[in-house]
Amino acid sequence: MAKTSEDMQQTVDYSQFPDKDGHFGVYGGRFVPETLMAPLAELTEAYLRYRNDPDFLRELDNDATQFVGRPSPLYFAERWSEKIGGARIYLKREDLNHTGAHKINNALGQALLAKRMGKRRVIAETGAGQHGVASATVAARLGMECVVYMGADDIQRQSPNVFRMRLLGAKVVPVTSGTRTLKDALNEAMRDWVTNVDDTFYIIGTVAGPHPYPLMVRDFQTIMGREARRQILEQEGRLPDALVACVGGGSNAIGLFHPFLNDASVQLHGVEAGGYGIASGQHAAPLCAGKPGVLHGNRTYLMEDEGGQIIGTHSISAGLDYPGVGPEHSWLKDIKRAVYTSVTDDEAMQGFHAVTRTEGIIPALETSHALAHAEKLARELGPDGIIIVNLSGRGDKDLQTVANVEGITL
Amino acid sequence: MSRIQARFDALKADGRRALIPYVTAGDPNPGLTVPLMHGLVEAGADIVEVGVPFSDPIGDGPVIQLACERALVHGTSLRDVLGMVREFRQKDSETPVVLMGYMNPVEVMGYVRFAQEAAEAGVDGVLTVDMPPEEMGELSERLAAAGLDPIFLVAPTTTEQRMQVICDHARGFIYYVSLKGVTGSDTLDVEAVAGRVDRLHHMTGLPVGVGFGISTPEKAAQMSQAADAVVVGSALVRQIQEHTDDDGLILEKVTGLLASMRSAMDADASATA
Repeated sequence: MAKTSEDMQQTVDYSQFPDKDGHFGVYGGRFVPETLMAPLAELTEAYLRYRNDPDFLRELDNDATQFVGRPSPLYFAERWSEKIGGARIYLKREDLNHTGAHKINNALGQALLAKRMGKRRVIAETGAGQHGVASATVAARLGMECVVYMGADDIQRQSPNVFRMRLLGAKVVPVTSGTRTLKDALNEAMRDWVTNVDDTFYIIGTVAGPHPYPLMVRDFQTIMGREARRQILEQEGRLPDALVACVGGGSNAIGLFHPFLNDASVQLHGVEAGGYGIASGQHAAPLCAGKPGVLHGNRTYLMEDEGGQIIGTHSISAGLDYPGVGPEHSWLKDIKRAVYTSVTDDEAMQGFHAVTRTEGIIPALETSHALAHAEKLARELGPDGIIIVNLSGRGDKDLQTVANVEGITL
Repeated sequence: MSRIQARFDALKADGRRALIPYVTAGDPNPGLTVPLMHGLVEAGADIVEVGVPFSDPIGDGPVIQLACERALVHGTSLRDVLGMVREFRQKDSETPVVLMGYMNPVEVMGYVRFAQEAAEAGVDGVLTVDMPPEEMGELSERLAAAGLDPIFLVAPTTTEQRMQVICDHARGFIYYVSLKGVTGSDTLDVEAVAGRVDRLHHMTGLPVGVGFGISTPEKAAQMSQAADAVVVGSALVRQIQEHTDDDGLILEKVTGLLASMRSAMDADASATA
């Protein structure tokens, strides 16, 4: 008889996933045009070699400390917690990293790997621009050529980040195909890679894409969860009851969740972009309302029509506006180790204002989705509860969007 | 014997190379696809490759991306494409038809149903660009059970070891990607291609076709010296793109270009014979 998901959960050794071909259960894998199979094998081999190489890890650790500013604080949001009147909420302050979000943890790791592999040109896709800025930043730091693909519509709504990338010396290429957003930027970056495989390293910004990306990006991002686990034990003397993170592709969520996967008492909550509400169909919540399929090199939950075409998504936050999600999240959903929920644009805006006004921290709109859910969860858990929210990025880039939503002219 | 194998056997007996045109089903409108397929056969196609439109064609350049977008405006689905092949078969039971596309529409339809319905419609081979043999597992079995040939790409980056794996999984023919890049690129190195095709011939008895970047009759003729088949896609689709609102002109231009490729290939073949 097949094991129930509860049985599965207790016997799962999470460190064994993905398997050697990049599978998390039925998810993940490597679904790409043949031209990329050899470069992916080369990348996997290089990554597995450096993953445990003391010299590489020392270099990464040094830059994480001196360049990024790690470790980031685990900050007790006392006034906000009191105002809600529920659990004690801690914020993992990834907004304080250099470039203002968790994205730099991964961009730095991959760029250092690119350097070791002798690649002089890096390419990246970006939605909100945070991963693009992080990639452009490390490329400038390491003296590499950098090309960033960005949907033409996202270039419109995230213009400050476009300017930042250009200042850093990156070439920002507008993508006008398809829905002109993140998924199309990813398509275009893959086409660039297919064409320039010899000298180019593709820095994927999230835990999606073909193997080894979901594994590699997760590894570079787990520094957040490892720090948070140590910090909460120091500050509270016990593990939290729940972790909360927003999920677009899911890199900030996996980075926080992964070091806690074996701690069965810790609930994991991933928060997708509910847009105008799941019922409206205008959202970006494949785990809540999608079906498994194949996109961008991996099998995972997707937003698609009945014929298997990928459909347009909507979110107030460009960084969550993506029809797929990292395969490990799909697997964690199916085996019920993590729960996935959604928060609407309006709820996210409320979370944005609440934390801005009570804590003096302006969060990114992506992050605001996690904050809005944490507020609901804090009430459910009550005053004895402890929650850690990944404050994955700062909101400076979103000021124009917030002003537009509220009818304010800057 | 599969229709694809029969066709290659017959060509070999004649000392000729196969010409394989590609068009995206539903581009620029669903009504034109079947007439185009027949027109291509009349103009000298030996096998017809029909693209299943997909919203995110990561292996394709701008020409075929736009073709997919035009087809999707009409909602052309995998199911519709199978209907077109069925209609094509009413008048042509000889010419092999290969579907080329991406995995997700097949995933959604389900492997069993897809294999059955494709075979019933008269499809002969299936090429899913983003499905390497390593992941093929169950789909491979389903295609085989339905008598469909799985066609695979081999790229300039493919290692010798993988070439062998692909040759072991493939049936019908091997599709050698003649350049590093997406469809419709324009940097062909004929000698390098010839060397790789030669390697493949040592590994498999299957015919080897070459595609990506073959845009003119001259290039088609050159490539046909090196391989058993020449695949032409973006060059034809570009003719559709330039005349999207005139079905008659599309038929004329697309079949005209293919016919000129056919004559260039055959002239070259008789010159060297």
